[in-house]
Amino acid sequence: MDVSVTVNGAAATDDVEPRLLLVHYLRDVRGLTGTNVGCDTSSCGACTVLVNGESVKSCTMLAVQADGQEITTIEGLANGTELHPMQQAFHENHALQCGYCTPGMVMAAVSLLEEHDDLDEAGVREGLEGNLCRCTGYHNIVKAVMAAAGAKGGPA
Amino acid sequence: MTVTGTRMLRKEDPELLSGEARYVDDLPITGALWLGIVRSPCAHARIGTIDTSAAEAMPGVKAVYTGAQLVELGMGALPCAWAVTEDMVAPEHLPVAVSEAAFAGDAVAVVVAESRYQARDACGAVEVDYETLTAVVDLEAAATDAVLTHTDLTSNTSYVWELIPDPDAVERAFSEATHHIRERYIQQRLIPSAMEPRGVVVVPQPQGGEITIWSATQIPHILKLMVAATTGTPEHKVRVIAPSVGGGFGCKLNVYAEEILAVILAKHHGVPVRWTEERTEAALSTIQGRGQVQDIELAADADGKVTAVRAKLLADMGAYLQLVTPGIPLLGAFLYHGVYDIPAYSFTCQGLFTNLPPTDAYRGAGRPEASYAIERAMDALAREVGVTPEEIRRRNYIPSDAFPYDSPAGLVFDSGNYEPTLDRALELAGLDDLRGEQQRLRDEGSTTHLGIGLCTYVEMCGLAPSRVLASLNYGAGGWESATVRMLPTGSVQVVTGTSPHGQGHETTWSQIVADQLGIDPDAIEVLHSDTAIAALGMDSYGSRSLAVGGTAVHMATDLVLEKARAIAAHQLEASADDLEFEEGSFRVRGSPDKSVAIGDVAMAAFTAHDLPDGMEPNLSAQVTYDPPNFVFPFGTHVAVVEIDEETGDIRLRDYVAVDDCGNQINPMIVDGQLHGGILQGVAQALWEGAAYDEDGNLNNASLADYLVPSAMEAPTFTLDSTVTPSPTNPLGVKGIGEAGTIGSAAAVMNAVIDALGPLGITDIDMPASPNKVWAAIQEARS
Repeated sequence: MDVSVTVNGAAATDDVEPRLLLVHYLRDVRGLTGTNVGCDTSSCGACTVLVNGESVKSCTMLAVQADGQEITTIEGLANGTELHPMQQAFHENHALQCGYCTPGMVMAAVSLLEEHDDLDEAGVREGLEGNLCRCTGYHNIVKAVMAAAGAKGGPA
Repeated sequence: MTVTGTRMLRKEDPELLSGEARYVDDLPITGALWLGIVRSPCAHARIGTIDTSAAEAMPGVKAVYTGAQLVELGMGALPCAWAVTEDMVAPEHLPVAVSEAAFAGDAVAVVVAESRYQARDACGAVEVDYETLTAVVDLEAAATDAVLTHTDLTSNTSYVWELIPDPDAVERAFSEATHHIRERYIQQRLIPSAMEPRGVVVVPQPQGGEITIWSATQIPHILKLMVAATTGTPEHKVRVIAPSVGGGFGCKLNVYAEEILAVILAKHHGVPVRWTEERTEAALSTIQGRGQVQDIELAADADGKVTAVRAKLLADMGAYLQLVTPGIPLLGAFLYHGVYDIPAYSFTCQGLFTNLPPTDAYRGAGRPEASYAIERAMDALAREVGVTPEEIRRRNYIPSDAFPYDSPAGLVFDSGNYEPTLDRALELAGLDDLRGEQQRLRDEGSTTHLGIGLCTYVEMCGLAPSRVLASLNYGAGGWESATVRMLPTGSVQVVTGTSPHGQGHETTWSQIVADQLGIDPDAIEVLHSDTAIAALGMDSYGSRSLAVGGTAVHMATDLVLEKARAIAAHQLEASADDLEFEEGSFRVRGSPDKSVAIGDVAMAAFTAHDLPDGMEPNLSAQVTYDPPNFVFPFGTHVAVVEIDEETGDIRLRDYVAVDDCGNQINPMIVDGQLHGGILQGVAQALWEGAAYDEDGNLNNASLADYLVPSAMEAPTFTLDSTVTPSPTNPLGVKGIGEAGTIGSAAAVMNAVIDALGPLGITDIDMPASPNKVWAAIQEARS
């Protein structure tokens, strides 16, 4: 089946198997390998992307379901070599180690901040519950998202 | 400006943050075939007829192989590098089983297809007849040999390993003891759950005979050697690259069936073959951590001074011995006296097979188990003697003036100063206020129970002195290699044999070298994890990278500096002894106008137009460093929990850790290692555990069921440190990768028991899930 999407601002049309997951479409067809796969039960959030600006686990969606939608992946977040404020906050707060969960975590955090303008630490933790990280213990991720939100009262 | 000791931001980050980094599954490999693994659904079964015809007829399928067919293609047994005793029993471990499946997840056939979906489809179409055999799941049942894990074994015991330096002294101590503590603790199996699953791509060059292996591994160098030894590929034709690797935690410190199968099949088909693990496969077939039954006894005098410790382990090997499976309990064998000066020592470990996936290294590897046992037993002793947990510890710490300390298990602890970490941790936690709150809640009859738990740990890391490894029958050495070269334009390449997968070596090694050479850290590139670029290395595990690999980098840089000094002296027509080196330039002492920048020396070394007689061109040095001893990080952790009596739910309210890893090159990275390490230990205490039924089926084989903590469960950490430099290496550093995990499970469980103590509860098995806690409270109340 044909699927027509806009990915990171560029229009694309591809003939795909109906069962192809959106994450495999992005990775294997579009070559956007920044979006990672960490599980097979939609638990880990490593594959989180933005669909029409909202965070979606791209393993929960078929590529054909994305027809006509606008998708943003981690590759589309920075402005050239200038990191997005959320990416910069992750960098400045050491909110990543192995980096595998990072693209999904960053996309989820971007979406979280879009949806809420009064986040406290508990809200950040709750908002990121669907994204797992095995390296950081979340301490610095929470700190980074709080910093990006311009909020106070995050982890010291 | 000095960068060592500063919280320099990581050089690794931009490519990881932007999606530019490439993990194994990200590599575009033209024409690669996909490998799919058919796995046994039975924990123990004879393999009957395998019908591959339906699978072979499916779209895109190139071939289907049974174990027997792969043996004909040259498939040999997977390696175990650690024969801990001369009579250790090791069942043959073929990458694909031929006659008998020994755990649920054991490979029984493989598919090679054009796409990953086709390979997956075809795996489902391979029909295998299984004759189910009784599975051995329980360790104590395994020890009886009533049922055997492999039909061709005569016993489930792989080995018995003892460390009892003076048996009479142990017996005497127990016979004379006022207090005799006997405890049994269960170390449940853990599923490592690195966020990146395993994966491998093998690209053959049929004409030249070379093969290139990209693997999500912690050990590219060891893998290269083992591929050569296992597949008969000449070692000099094998190149292994670990690209970006998404966490390891020990589970990627191995040589796996899929890696070897991809090599065999890529060579056979003459095209690239690749495989990426699915998360469920990871739960079923990647190694698991822990898996021990620990019996620990303490003998103590009337004051609670411990006079002997006796630990007996049943250690679950699983169905086969993977790369270092049998040695994992031995990495803890020397530490069952913990931070305490206990003169008489007895350790015995019986390694047992079960029909479960192999165990192997998981963050801490043997040492979290040891610290858990001794630290929980010390709390039991405190209760028996009638003193506080902190007081029993103070009475028994190895005194700070006793270092270097000859340990009762035969190690030399190079340095240590334990009590200040306890003092600081208790101060940060606000112990007096917490105890006051606890008492108030108890007086009020609250259904919320507050618990405060301590753990003071020590670990041995920086693996490892090669001669010590020899004495433990390990199959390799523990050195590390580094090459430092200053390029003609003054920038620097550091080639390290360590293989980072999240630890930030590119940043930390740059900080070390930048200060030594007086250059900008951004002028340094750290190359690693490709055996064609970093030819020599022993890779990353066992909190070894900085203490061993970082030291090698430091030593190689010193050699570069020494050579540069000789060239500078020649250029400045001065004696090398008269040169000062400051901010990247050599200056003649007393003649500040006579100077040369080290970058210019590098160009002179490159052109070689005017070097001192007999000096080789270029500024480059290589060092292989074999550490003279382990290093011994330590610290005190305090966990504060609140338990809801009505639901059994445990909330980790606060966590304080005061750790001493010696000098810190980058405190930001140290803290990050601690955060993650602590949460992994907390997760063992409260949430995680591979749940097998009596037939050996895994009931939580997904991240929906296996409770890797999210940000919701994780606490905010309060960290501080003391600094006791290690005298073992010139940097004065130790290791920090595993420390958090080694300190945390005991702290949390001691807090749980502290909270429930007034109810008469003295033990709950990990993970202390709400239903277990609730049931324990109900039983105590009835």
